[in-house]
Amino acid sequence: MEIILDSQKISQIINTLVDQIAKSVSDSSQNPPAIIGIRSRGEILGQRLAKLLVQRLGCEVPCGVLDITLYRDDLNKAGGAFAEVRSTEIGFDINDKLLILVDDVLYTGRSTRAAMDALIDLGRPKAIRLAVLVERDGREFPIQADFAGHKIKLPPDKNVEVNFIESDGIDRVIVR
Amino acid sequence: MKTADKTNFQWTHKHLLGLKDLSAQEIEFILDTAKGFEQISTRSIKKAPPLRGKVVVNLFFEDSTRTRTSFSLAANRLSADVVEFTMKTSSVSKGETLLDTARNLEAMGIDIVVIRHNAGGAPKLLSRSISACVVNAGDGYNEHPTQALLDCYTIRKQLGTLKGKKIAIVGDIAHSRVARSNIWAMTKLGAEVTLVGPPTLMPSAVDKLPVKISYSLDDIIGELDAINMLRIQFERMANNPFPSVREYSHYFGLTVDRMKKARPDMLVMHPGPINRGLEMESEVADGPNSVILDQVTNGIAVRMAVLYLVSQANQIVGQVKS
Repeated sequence: MEIILDSQKISQIINTLVDQIAKSVSDSSQNPPAIIGIRSRGEILGQRLAKLLVQRLGCEVPCGVLDITLYRDDLNKAGGAFAEVRSTEIGFDINDKLLILVDDVLYTGRSTRAAMDALIDLGRPKAIRLAVLVERDGREFPIQADFAGHKIKLPPDKNVEVNFIESDGIDRVIVR
Repeated sequence: MKTADKTNFQWTHKHLLGLKDLSAQEIEFILDTAKGFEQISTRSIKKAPPLRGKVVVNLFFEDSTRTRTSFSLAANRLSADVVEFTMKTSSVSKGETLLDTARNLEAMGIDIVVIRHNAGGAPKLLSRSISACVVNAGDGYNEHPTQALLDCYTIRKQLGTLKGKKIAIVGDIAHSRVARSNIWAMTKLGAEVTLVGPPTLMPSAVDKLPVKISYSLDDIIGELDAINMLRIQFERMANNPFPSVREYSHYFGLTVDRMKKARPDMLVMHPGPINRGLEMESEVADGPNSVILDQVTNGIAVRMAVLYLVSQANQIVGQVKS
C-alpha cells in the first residue's frame, strides 16, 4: 500500500477543482451549477465541492446523490459481485440545469456512463460536466474528465482507493 | 468499475418462498433495497434497466387483481418482459399439472416465476423443479411474503421502526396467509404482535406462534401503534365461523366509534380488497389514520426489490457457493 495523496494535498486539489469549476461557470450566473455526487465517495467529494462553491459563487449550489447500481453494465454478468441498491436523492429538478457530476476516481469510464444514463432518466440537463479527485489511465469508454485533480498512470493490477474523514476517518488516497 | 461500500451482508436467495425462514437482517435488507426503488415510480421516466432482457412470468392459479398488477408493474419498471399466465386462459384448465406448466414455460426461456396457488407449498415444489427464480405471491394458507414485506415497509416508513411497536392483526387469521407472513416478519423485526378475532377464526396451533391472542378488540385497541385488518374471506369458509356478518362487525369491525378508543395516531392497514362495512367502515378506510393506499404504492417498490434481489442472487450463485 502506498499513500499517493495526504489530507493536505487532497484539500489543495479540492480548492483547485473549485477554482476551475467556478471559472467555467462564471458567465452563467443566470443558471448556477448543481452538484451530483456518485455514491458513495463521490457523494462526499460532491458535498465538499458544493460547500466551497457556495462561498465562491455566492449563490445556492444544489447538491444531490446518485446511486448508479441499476445502470451498471456488469449487473447481469454471470459470477459478478452482488450489487447493493441504495437510493438516489436529488431534491431538485435537473431539467435545463448545468450538472457537475462528481466521482472520486475516473478509471474505465463505466461508472460515468452509468451515471449519465441514470441522470437522463431523471430529466434533460443543459449540460453534464465531470469532476474527479483522481484520474488514472485505463479508459474503456470515450469519456474524459472536465475537471481532474490528481493524474496518475498505474498498471491494471493496481487499485486506487480514496478515503475521506466522513466515511473512513481519514483523508488520503492510496494505491494497492 | 468503482465498487460500492463493502458491507458484510450479501443477499443469497434466488427464491422468495416465505418469510418464516429469513433472518431479521435479510428482511431489513429487502426493505432497505426497496427504499432505493421507491423514487423510480415518482419520476417522469418510471423505468430503470436492471432486468432488461429478463422474462418474468406471472403464474396465477388463483384470482388476484392488485398483487398481479403490482408484480407486473414492478417487473415492467425494472425493464423485464412480463408474461401473464392465468388459470382461466391457460392449459391448466385442460388438466396440465403445475410442474408440466412450469417446465413448458421454462423451456421458453424464463428467468423469474411469480406464482400464486391455492395449495400451500406449491412455490417450494416449483423451486425444486425448475432453474428459474421463484417468488411466492401467495400459497394457500401458508404465506404471502411480499404483502407482509410491504406492510412492514409501510409501518417502518411511518413510524421509523417496528421494534417495540404494538401491532394487532385482526380477523380471519386461520384462513390468512397474509397474517402468517406478517407474524413472521413483524416479530422478527421486533414488534409485539397480537392476533385478534373470534376463536373460530384462529389457527389451530396458535399457541406455537410468537404472538399474543385476544378475543376482544376493545380490550387492546387503546395501546396499538398499528392495526392490520384482514379481509373476511367468504370464499375460503366452508361452514359459518360466526353467527352473522352484523355480529362479526359489532365485535371485530373497525368502526368510527371504535376508533375513538384508539390512539389518535394509530395506523390503519388492510391488505385489500376491503369488505366495506364488514371489517371496516368506509369512514375509517378513507380516514386520516388509513395508510391503505400507501400500502399499495409501497408494494410496487417492495416487489421491485424482491425481483431485483432474486435475480442478482441467481446471477452470482456460482460465486457465492465457491
